[in-house]
Amino acid sequence: MPFPLPIAAPALPLDEAGKYVAAAYIVFVVLLVVYVAIMASKLQRIEREVRELADHAERRAAGAGESGGQAPPDAVASRGAGGG
Amino acid sequence: MYAKGLRTLSIAAVAMLALALSMVFFYAPLDADQGFIQKIFYLHVPLAIVALVGFVVAGLFAIAHLRSGAARWDAYSYVSIHISVIFGAAVLVTGSIWAKGSWGHWWLWDEPTLVSFLIVFLLYCTYYPFRYAIEDRERQARYASVFAITAGAFVPLNFMAVRMAQSLVHPRTFATAEGGMPGEMMLTFLLCLAAMALLWATLVKFELTAKSASGQVRRLRRALSAPAPAPASRIAPEVD
Amino acid sequence: MTPTRAAFAAILAKDLRTELRTLQSLPAMALFAVTAFIVFRFGLDRTSLSGSLASGVLWATLLFAAVLAINRLFVAEREEGGFDAIRLAPVDRGALFAAKAAALVVYLACLELVAVPIFALFFLDSAGGLVPLVAVLALGNVGLAAAGTLVSSMAVNSRARDLLVPLVLLPLLVPLVIAAAGATEPLLAAGGPGYERFGTWMAMLGLYDLIFCLLGYAVFDFLLED
Repeated sequence: MPFPLPIAAPALPLDEAGKYVAAAYIVFVVLLVVYVAIMASKLQRIEREVRELADHAERRAAGAGESGGQAPPDAVASRGAGGG
Repeated sequence: MYAKGLRTLSIAAVAMLALALSMVFFYAPLDADQGFIQKIFYLHVPLAIVALVGFVVAGLFAIAHLRSGAARWDAYSYVSIHISVIFGAAVLVTGSIWAKGSWGHWWLWDEPTLVSFLIVFLLYCTYYPFRYAIEDRERQARYASVFAITAGAFVPLNFMAVRMAQSLVHPRTFATAEGGMPGEMMLTFLLCLAAMALLWATLVKFELTAKSASGQVRRLRRALSAPAPAPASRIAPEVD
Repeated sequence: MTPTRAAFAAILAKDLRTELRTLQSLPAMALFAVTAFIVFRFGLDRTSLSGSLASGVLWATLLFAAVLAINRLFVAEREEGGFDAIRLAPVDRGALFAAKAAALVVYLACLELVAVPIFALFFLDSAGGLVPLVAVLALGNVGLAAAGTLVSSMAVNSRARDLLVPLVLLPLLVPLVIAAAGATEPLLAAGGPGYERFGTWMAMLGLYDLIFCLLGYAVFDFLLED
């Protein structure tokens, strides 16, 4: 690993500078992870809604099946497949 | 189908980021003037370049939106601005940390790039209140596109002006990353730039996929005539 | 005279006549400017200003006074169907943009006719820099009017329009302020007017004016679509 010694370095000693560099990279990582967390909550909402819709569709299919008639369950099923 | 290619893109982004960051710490030589603190530049400058290009790209998407009228261009523009603003926040914070480490002050009015970036960032922050204040969906999209185009044109103008405002008495001692760098540093820098660009693209695609999924759920809801949840508190751009 | 030019002249004349009759914006702008000068006098605890301080106080005040007029620029059009009229007329819709921007230039010039002499009276030791200042003000007015008209038309149909205009406009005006203040500062220097980088700053102002006039004219159509 090349390590040229600075001749006239106004720079901070390595351990001091290291803290700043670490802080900068940590900020980057934290922002990235915060973004992931926000997207995770969006995904959670989508999952909940899809589950609700699946329940609703099944209830409708069951209800239509009970009231007697082949067409509605097929219609719902084919629409669901088409919209998916 | 926004998820198509998202996995490949994200793998590429991760790989490039891992490679670039390893090179920053294990390959690039130590800077003679600034010492170890110069390593922040490999993070700060690529983030800034990608954010600014992202803003300009958002302007281009906005032009496409106005010309075609298709709503998805507006969504691309919105998401591009969104991710670029997040990158912009990272730029300002890392720039401030670098300033503190190098000069002892948390902010430097002398650094024209940092100052002009702040102005651009503030401008794009106003995109959100501006956009959400318009209640009609189509009009909101159109006006947002006008904003994105205006702001995109503004970015180079602003940089020019701030650079000119630089006092001639205090010459800049920190050249941008392009000035007279040894080959190893330049290579590392370019790889970091590529990594940040891939990261930006990945996040934009990710966000668009999420929006698309929400849109499909809404569509499914309508098709099943299911009861809708409480109406959204604001009109947001949708992608089909 | 082409229909577009006729429309431009008609709208401009209507605006100026309305302003003369109702005096909505101009007195408010002038009064605001003078009051702001007084606030600065006490805020800075200075009775005499020169160089960068003078330049800064003058331009900040002019900018905020301009925002008052910009907020109200399209209100009449929105409330009385002026937008529909221009949409229906067989003219280039950019005529509305140009006319409104021209009206704003006139308002700003009137404001400066009042505010700048009062500023000189309050704060300046010598009036030597005032004549070249007119050139800086002229170019600054055009840029301010173009950007202001554009943002005003973007905000006119939204809620919280009065908040949005300053919020969006001020960052956009920063390059203009940089150039205008940069040119004004040596003009108001304590030892007499100087002209360092005057040409460069004026060129920057000119570029800003050009970009925003073209931009405003180009996108205005999309703002008028219903």
